[in-house]
Amino acid sequence: MSWFEPKTEKAAIPPAKALWAICPKCMSHMSKAEWKANNCICPKCNYHGRLTARQRIAQVADDGSFAEVFRAVSYSDHLDFHDATGPYKAKVEATIQKTGETESVVMGTCTIGGHKAMLGVMDFAFMGGSLGTGTGERIARACEQAIAERRPLVLFSASGGARMHEGILSLMQMAKTSAAIGRLKEAGLPYISVLTDPTTGGVSASYAMLGDINVTEPKALIGFAGRRVIENTIHQKLPADFQSAEYLEQHGFIDKIVERRDMKAFIAKMLNYWGF
Amino acid sequence: MATTTKKTAMDCVKLARDPQRPHLKDFIRYVCDDFEELHGDRLVNDDRGLVGGFGTIDGRSVLVLGHNKGATVEENMESNFGMANPDGYRKAMRLARLAEKFHVPIVTFVDTPGAYPGREAEERGQAEAIAKSLEFFALLKTPVVVVITGEGGSGGALAIAVGDRVLMMENAVYSVISPEGCAGILWRDGTKAPAAAEALKITAGDLLKLGAIDAVVKEPAGGAQKNHKAACTAVRKAVVAALKELAKLPADELVEKRYAKLRAMGNFYA
Repeated sequence: MSWFEPKTEKAAIPPAKALWAICPKCMSHMSKAEWKANNCICPKCNYHGRLTARQRIAQVADDGSFAEVFRAVSYSDHLDFHDATGPYKAKVEATIQKTGETESVVMGTCTIGGHKAMLGVMDFAFMGGSLGTGTGERIARACEQAIAERRPLVLFSASGGARMHEGILSLMQMAKTSAAIGRLKEAGLPYISVLTDPTTGGVSASYAMLGDINVTEPKALIGFAGRRVIENTIHQKLPADFQSAEYLEQHGFIDKIVERRDMKAFIAKMLNYWGF
Repeated sequence: MATTTKKTAMDCVKLARDPQRPHLKDFIRYVCDDFEELHGDRLVNDDRGLVGGFGTIDGRSVLVLGHNKGATVEENMESNFGMANPDGYRKAMRLARLAEKFHVPIVTFVDTPGAYPGREAEERGQAEAIAKSLEFFALLKTPVVVVITGEGGSGGALAIAVGDRVLMMENAVYSVISPEGCAGILWRDGTKAPAAAEALKITAGDLLKLGAIDAVVKEPAGGAQKNHKAACTAVRKAVVAALKELAKLPADELVEKRYAKLRAMGNFYA
């Protein structure tokens, strides 16, 4: 055997990305297994990472109580929208395949710590959690069903904003959902809004900020305009914690920052205080 | 007669942003018989990007709310080119509540690139102010007539554009995102704005077909910037007719119809 015999086969080393998770807030490294075991929460800085809608539902709804509604309400390509990378229809169909969801919010009835509720959870993996006509329609229907069945509404948001591929009618979902939420509140029902990382643009500027109480998780990004847009407008650097959950709480727009492990109990407690 | 070429969406964007186009001041001058501006949100500020006050149109009392781009550089600076702060939206709600109290109808003039993206705007809750405004105008028990006069820039426009009749001037545009912003994200190239403008369907004709607006107000040949008086007079006529129609409806029916209209937006689902 020669010293310099070339290796015929490389040992199968998994790519670093498959093994290591990097916290997007503090950039510390940990194994993916550790990240997952810790419920997608950074053990160093306590940033509460993103969950899929299904993971969230499993953590909030009582076991076996969640009954999904409006799954047939999906996206609409009424503009026959094409951009540089191709048709919207192809992108959204690929997203449906990848996520197993048919819209950016998953809606259903359930109980939370024994309290009956209408629960909606947005999934950032579905087109960046963008607000499309299907998303808006699901939320409006959820409000109407909640009124009819006297259910409190609990809505977890995670979104970059309106879905521009659906044009003006995506913008109109901001008005439609806000109107439906307004009617729910007028009917004497509570609405708990949980703004998770990230909740920005047209979603923060509509139903997400309209909670009877607005709660969030540690270090979540919440804001209206993007940081870069603001910096380019005012020609100033913004503080590092700008638009963080903590910053918003300080400025009076968030009722409470709740740790993930306490979220379900917190929601149940509030519903109990209010007699639901 | 020269050959007529069809106006592109980007042509409309240019016309809608033309600094010579009639401004809020011109609309107030030609649409209203008289006008008294009222100031402040009673919290922190008097935003100059969004102006409000009471007046009369064709003998009928109205509350006028509108984005104020300003006609001179000083005015542009003072009003952030019509990009309102949360204080502006909160002032609008304060005045609208007053109008509701006396069942005075509201006329809004929408012309903004968008809500102001500033540090204080975020700290004072730009998102919350817009959200509240959408909820508030949806439930308001007095008629609301909206006129999109220039740029209908996303949430910052929509915050005062939830109403019973939404009129739009022929060369105005109304969009979920600016064509430049959309091109930057989906084309990764801001210079592809004309393609984005086309794809987004933001002209008055397209929006009428989509059901996002109720009627288009024709402009003088070449655009409103060529003849302010004629452009504003056409708007006045449409506003007067809409106010007359809406005055017949009891408040509860008005609110139900407004909700039904919003509810039908983008409901493609059985």
